[in-house]
Amino acid sequence: MGEAEKKQSGNIISDETIAYVGILAKLELSQEEREQAKKDMKEMLDYIDKLNELDTAGIEPMSHVFPVNNVFREDVVSNGDNRESMLKNAPEVKDGSYLAPKTVE
Amino acid sequence: MSREYETVIGLEVHVELATKSKIFCGCSTAFGGAPNTHTCPVCTGMPGSLPVLNKQVVEYAMAVGLAANCSIARYCKFDRKNYFYPDNPQNYQISQLYLPICRDGGVEIETSAGKKIVGIHEIHMEEDAGKLIHDEWGDCSLVDYNRSGVPLIEIVSEPDMRSAEEVIAYLEKLRMMIQYLGASDCKLNEGSMRADVNLSVREVGEKAFGTRTEMKNLNSFKAIARAIENERNRQIDLLEEGKKVIQETRRWDDVKEYSYAMRSKEDAQDYRYFPEPDLVPLAISEEWIEAVKSRQPEFQTEKMERYKREYGLPDYDAQIITGSKCLADFFEAAAELCKKPKKVSNWLMGETMRLLKEQEMELEDIPFSPENLAKLIELTEEGSINGTVAKEVFEKIFAEDVNPVSYVEEQGLKTVSDAGELRRVIEQVIQDNPKSVTDYRNGKEKAVGFLVGQTMKAMKGKANPGMVNQILKELL
Amino acid sequence: MKEIRTLTALQLAEKIKQKEISVAEAVQAALDQIGSVEAKINSYVTLDEEGAFRQAADVQKKIDSGELTGPLAGVPAAIKDNLCMEGLPATCSSKILENFVPPYTAEAVSNLKKAGAVILGKTNMDEFAMGSTTETSAFGITRNPWNLEHVPGGSSGGSCAAVAAEECFYALGSDTGGSIRQPSSFCGVTGMKPTYGTVSRYGLIAYGSSLDQIGPVAKDVADCAAILEAIASYDSKDSTSLNREDTDFTSALIDDVKGMKIGIPRDYLGEGLEPEVKSSILAAAKALEEKGAFVEEFDLSLVEYAIPAYYVIACAEASSNLARFDGIKYGYRSREFEGLHQMYKKSRSEGFGPEVKRRIMLGSFVLSSGYYDAYYLKALRTKALIKQAFDRAFETYDIILGPAAPTTAPEIGKSLSDPLKMYLGDIYTVSVNLAGLPAMTLPCGLDEKGLPIGLQLIGDCFQEKKILKAAYAYEQTGEWKRCKRQEAGA
Ligand SMILES: [Mg+2]
Ligand SMILES: [Zn+2]
Repeated sequence: MGEAEKKQSGNIISDETIAYVGILAKLELSQEEREQAKKDMKEMLDYIDKLNELDTAGIEPMSHVFPVNNVFREDVVSNGDNRESMLKNAPEVKDGSYLAPKTVE
Repeated sequence: MSREYETVIGLEVHVELATKSKIFCGCSTAFGGAPNTHTCPVCTGMPGSLPVLNKQVVEYAMAVGLAANCSIARYCKFDRKNYFYPDNPQNYQISQLYLPICRDGGVEIETSAGKKIVGIHEIHMEEDAGKLIHDEWGDCSLVDYNRSGVPLIEIVSEPDMRSAEEVIAYLEKLRMMIQYLGASDCKLNEGSMRADVNLSVREVGEKAFGTRTEMKNLNSFKAIARAIENERNRQIDLLEEGKKVIQETRRWDDVKEYSYAMRSKEDAQDYRYFPEPDLVPLAISEEWIEAVKSRQPEFQTEKMERYKREYGLPDYDAQIITGSKCLADFFEAAAELCKKPKKVSNWLMGETMRLLKEQEMELEDIPFSPENLAKLIELTEEGSINGTVAKEVFEKIFAEDVNPVSYVEEQGLKTVSDAGELRRVIEQVIQDNPKSVTDYRNGKEKAVGFLVGQTMKAMKGKANPGMVNQILKELL
Repeated sequence: MKEIRTLTALQLAEKIKQKEISVAEAVQAALDQIGSVEAKINSYVTLDEEGAFRQAADVQKKIDSGELTGPLAGVPAAIKDNLCMEGLPATCSSKILENFVPPYTAEAVSNLKKAGAVILGKTNMDEFAMGSTTETSAFGITRNPWNLEHVPGGSSGGSCAAVAAEECFYALGSDTGGSIRQPSSFCGVTGMKPTYGTVSRYGLIAYGSSLDQIGPVAKDVADCAAILEAIASYDSKDSTSLNREDTDFTSALIDDVKGMKIGIPRDYLGEGLEPEVKSSILAAAKALEEKGAFVEEFDLSLVEYAIPAYYVIACAEASSNLARFDGIKYGYRSREFEGLHQMYKKSRSEGFGPEVKRRIMLGSFVLSSGYYDAYYLKALRTKALIKQAFDRAFETYDIILGPAAPTTAPEIGKSLSDPLKMYLGDIYTVSVNLAGLPAMTLPCGLDEKGLPIGLQLIGDCFQEKKILKAAYAYEQTGEWKRCKRQEAGA
């Protein structure tokens, strides 16, 4: 456990980091949630830092587990007009379009 | 204020590919269409939907890459670019960052400063976003995903350009090349070709690059030229005032002719790219590359040589005609029909270009068929109509794509070659213009011109000019 | 006759085929059981009684006409609520998708319907499959049918509880880091996660796309094999779908493990493993050994790195996959907001629960500028090493045997307060997803509280049949019989 003490501080997650990640993730956390998030993220990152024990030099990052390549579809129009079934779930619709809060300032 | 500055420009050009279906789903890419009528779970980002790559997109990207002298990656992948915006239904764009399909190419451009190569850093494949329409009444935006998932290639140049002229030359070169390939129609006004301009300035002689800005929303060559000029001046002014250029994205407003920063604390510009897990990588074989190579069309240089050789066109004509794939295709079709290539070329380079320009239309928008131009040429060649009438008929063809044969017939525009009728009219002209007759007889050769003109006028332009001359001289 | 609800899926289908039981009677039996226990257990998010009888009539007609002859024809089933079925809500047990009714059906569900399944409804789960207890559901917790004070596990807790409580004859779940195997273990049912790419993910609402697989939750090994056979298919709508020709999984139901080489990772038996679980697992291994299998312990290695690698990859993918829930195209939109970005933030913050937000935050962070290499790429490299470790193991062993979870089902309310500790419970399951391997859990005992213990069998890629064979042989020993469950309060 000497190791744990040495690394006691570990990652420090600042308010700025939480705010920044909130912007990226489009999440608005309450003060309480932010404090919790700082604690949770620190704990997880400290734990994830365990990966640094592993020597992964020269190891190719594996994004796809099987060496399957070249899966294609032919250039054929196979869909007709699905508008109604697509729009059915939209919170707000106008003139056959999805309604969003205005995007230009 | 006497410092001299150099402008350094790199371009990110987005080109919508001419596939029938979208990049990851079977929806149509057709332009227009009522909002959201070309959508499905995939291109509206419904949960549980998955992308499947359109093979034609890869082939077009390879074809453009080869034409731009790029090396084609033997192994490439798609990545997700994460950012929130309503035109992007998944709130990530499937694109390529780490392993794009084409790299390290270049195209040659020619400007008043001479020839030079503009390097191509990379070409990657990605999906287009939907369209947002601002609704003034509702103070909201309407989202249409018909364009969402239309395939794009993004051609990223090296920062090799130094002027708006070079930029335009580069874009024209790319456009011509891509149109030759049939990979896109490259219409700036419809957005099938779009350019983002990365620009910085530095003092002449300086090695290091200055801080650059990225300018978006440029949808015509004119706008690009104006925006470059404007941004160059803006940056120089900042530097002259001892201020710094901020690295940022700016939006060009072509009406107000100025750009403004698109900055918001909500846009962190941190795209968190990572490999797209829903698509498998591409392994591109030598054979595949060869197959695409073997299907590459004849490009401008070869076509130009052939036009000179086969059609006997002069240098100048061949260069202009082959400068646009559409024009060249049109030329070949019309020449094939009437077997009078030089006449076709004359009509295209003369009247056609004049009217296009007058009506602010692009070469791609030639509004009439090669058949009707060929017929018009035949009519003039066989002497059925004279040059004046031909111009008049041509305007009608340009406006309504009329069949000149029936039009000439219906409007009674056929040249009168009936010697009897001509003789009667000319006798009357001679009788009415005794002074000119006297002048002519007194050796004023020019007076005959006036009499020809009067005859044509009396004939409403439909007289066969050769015959008019001949009969006049006879009677005089 | 035995009560209908206690039959396995294959037994019931046979009786339907023999016209001893009608499809409608089977549906009624399931609904009766739901009527009597659902109030306590809460396995379902959506029940479709009317639709079930409609499907039953249709399926019955096809059976009678000889059009449907498969081994599952007419059997009522439930599907996890992250699988889309046209016309039924697909909520992922999240407020953000409360009203979402997909206009399409997941390929796995279509395949089931082709096999003659009658879908009773959608089962509860951890919100967006993020959790190990089904306590993160926005629609109430699911309770373990063996003991209502305990969780059923997760995230496919609703599917596993429904099968255990006989509220359906089988169910579909999804497994991103153990989400079929761990709740199967906690609920004393048999669940399987196939090789990545075996079952199409089309119509599965993604959590971690590179890890997610759909699989069966059933009463026994034979049912599992038959269901997997029905849902496995090459699907051109899923680019990661594999074109396999060896999906005749029921052919592996042979009671013969002579000469089979079984390895037990020593690293699976160490600290943290409850002694009762350990002894049950070792007893199961012994039973297989007695049937002629060769069993030995070995060092798999890297086991402790699987969880950190898994959480980096799964959360990163989830942060991106869940970005689409933004209040514009479908799902929850906050009532009050000013401007676009606030609409996004409020809709998502009000729509997602705490565990989902926690993982989205972590996932966004590890992908953000400056951290991608250190976290995400490091995790992908670790994944490659873990895959190599399995490859090495499978050079020697036909299958790997171990526990599905270190403990039996924890008590309700004890897990969520310490997320990291909860994540550590995934230690035996997540590496299988990282390596894309098939694995199965089946019951192998009870602890002293009377809670089920699960045995996990892991195979090399495409070696589902070896797993099924060993599982079937073990099941045949009768060492531990299913259905010993005392009706929990029912
Ligand atoms: Mg781009
Ligand atoms: Zn679509």
